[in-house]
Amino acid sequence: MEHEQNIGIGLTHDETSSIDHTGLDFASVRADFPILQQQVNGHPLVYLDNAATAQKPNCVIDAIQRHYECDNANIHRGVHALSVRSTERYEQARLKLQQFLGAERVEELIFVRSATEAINLVAQTYARNCLSTGDEVLITELEHHSNIVPWQLVCEQTGAKLRIAPINDAGEVIYDEFVNILSAKTKIASFSHVSNALGTINPVREMTTAAHEAGAVVMIDGAQAAPHIPIDVQEIGCDFYAITGHKMFGPTGIGVLYGRYDLLNALPPYQTGGDMILSVSFDKTVYNEVPYKFEAGTPNISGAIGLGMAADYLMKLGMDRVLAYENELLSYATSTLSNIPNIRIIGTAAHKAAVVSFIVEGVHAHDVGTILDNAGIAVRTGHHCAQPVMAHFGIEATARASMAAYNTMKEIDSLAEAIREVVEVFG
Amino acid sequence: MSDLGDLYQNMILDHNKSPRNRRAINDPDHCAEGYNALCGDRVTVYIDVDGDVIKDVSFEGSGCAISTASASLMTETLKGKTLDEAKEIFQSFHHLITEGPVETNDASGLGKLVVFSGVCRYPARVKCATLVWHTVNAALDNNTKKISTE
Ligand SMILES: Cc1ncc(COP(=O)(O)O)c(C=O)c1O
Repeated sequence: MEHEQNIGIGLTHDETSSIDHTGLDFASVRADFPILQQQVNGHPLVYLDNAATAQKPNCVIDAIQRHYECDNANIHRGVHALSVRSTERYEQARLKLQQFLGAERVEELIFVRSATEAINLVAQTYARNCLSTGDEVLITELEHHSNIVPWQLVCEQTGAKLRIAPINDAGEVIYDEFVNILSAKTKIASFSHVSNALGTINPVREMTTAAHEAGAVVMIDGAQAAPHIPIDVQEIGCDFYAITGHKMFGPTGIGVLYGRYDLLNALPPYQTGGDMILSVSFDKTVYNEVPYKFEAGTPNISGAIGLGMAADYLMKLGMDRVLAYENELLSYATSTLSNIPNIRIIGTAAHKAAVVSFIVEGVHAHDVGTILDNAGIAVRTGHHCAQPVMAHFGIEATARASMAAYNTMKEIDSLAEAIREVVEVFG
Repeated sequence: MSDLGDLYQNMILDHNKSPRNRRAINDPDHCAEGYNALCGDRVTVYIDVDGDVIKDVSFEGSGCAISTASASLMTETLKGKTLDEAKEIFQSFHHLITEGPVETNDASGLGKLVVFSGVCRYPARVKCATLVWHTVNAALDNNTKKISTE
């Protein structure tokens, strides 16, 4: 059975009023996401917690359902029709991700569970084998815990030292300090493309070039970049790049590690078992080729297919258009929120993704979150798994409104109105 | 739709703004520190006893309005109570926060603590209200290691 892959894309060329001058038909994008059409606490849902996880368009939900209704079988084994079909769809998804990230070869894309697993994979295969006492790993003060703790662990295991490039009070990595810490001792530099807590977009190409000049291998945590800005791993020049499906309109439990082919080829396996071997005997086991060497066991097949569809959806929207539209959301949100007395925006980098982390003076972020929830507005409150960032600003927590391509200016108005209510209740 | 006023009652807002007994006690008989990993809130509880009566009780730390008011009202409620009474009040309070008000007339000794009855409709906030009480429990058990609401 063949079926047309119907990507209900929110993009038309009609001259309708919902087409923003960035070219994104956001009203129609919105209509692609069924979960957004609901009321919460008596108000239309305003979902502004996209940095935690994003919602899923119909085409992704349908792709997963179709897999289980029509194609489901295990992949890379068996000659029967369903197995062949599932394998094809799984590998087509890998091709979509290759296109999405701009990788040179399709073998450079490894399906993993999440960005967290991707970083751990690199730490426990590449880093663990190359690091020894006296070596250094360089990260930044901006990182999510998942780009801190795996390096702490491997440093402990190998005797290497973890170095931290500091940020300034706008929430930007201080580039000169980053470069100053780099030396012949630096074996790995790992940093985020976009900060989840503050929205800062790092100059990843310059940072990669500087790290390479020092002889370090570069890993980039792109979990927050994938849904918001165009990514081209070859242009960036990085060696590893991690993304996670659920933040880019795909399902949970699936992510991708990009790795340069020659590096991946030389690495030992991460986990072992079925599918990652060519032959097994009790005398000698021969590992499979990349990427299969890193995909031990039955993978998240429907997740990969769903993620492939999500990447396709984003590419059809056009990442340039998404970025342009979200920039407008960000500047509108920034100016609207700045007008509210007692609000302090944390993270004012010159280059930012559509994230506004803020505190209402004298009010704990949890109370802000509860009052916003009461108005149907979902934001994240807390330390955002980035406690060093909070420590830098001398705060415990912020409320964070993080936007996606389906959010609207009107929703920003609702947010501002609810924040005014916070100020009123605690006045 | 839930009414915010149920949660943020005036007494809670007042105790949040001017917490009572937010201070350390030097060389306390009992002391414990509580930590809520979810929001990073920390609270330290100090208790002085005279026999089995709570002579003085105080707290330090800062958190959301619910946790600050809960700590403040805890100190007002427990001062002068016996240790057994304190444990009973904690049980009733915990029930109030997680299940809602019980129908009995206030035999539970909750007193002012009934202002927290709105919390049960905000499951995400239950831990904010109970952290300080778990910490009191730990202090009374002379459990000096850090406790959490997990
Ligand atoms: C910057 C950043 N890196 C990594 C992660 C981890 O993603 P996951 O939990 O999907 O592995 C997150 C998720 O919050 C993130 O924001």
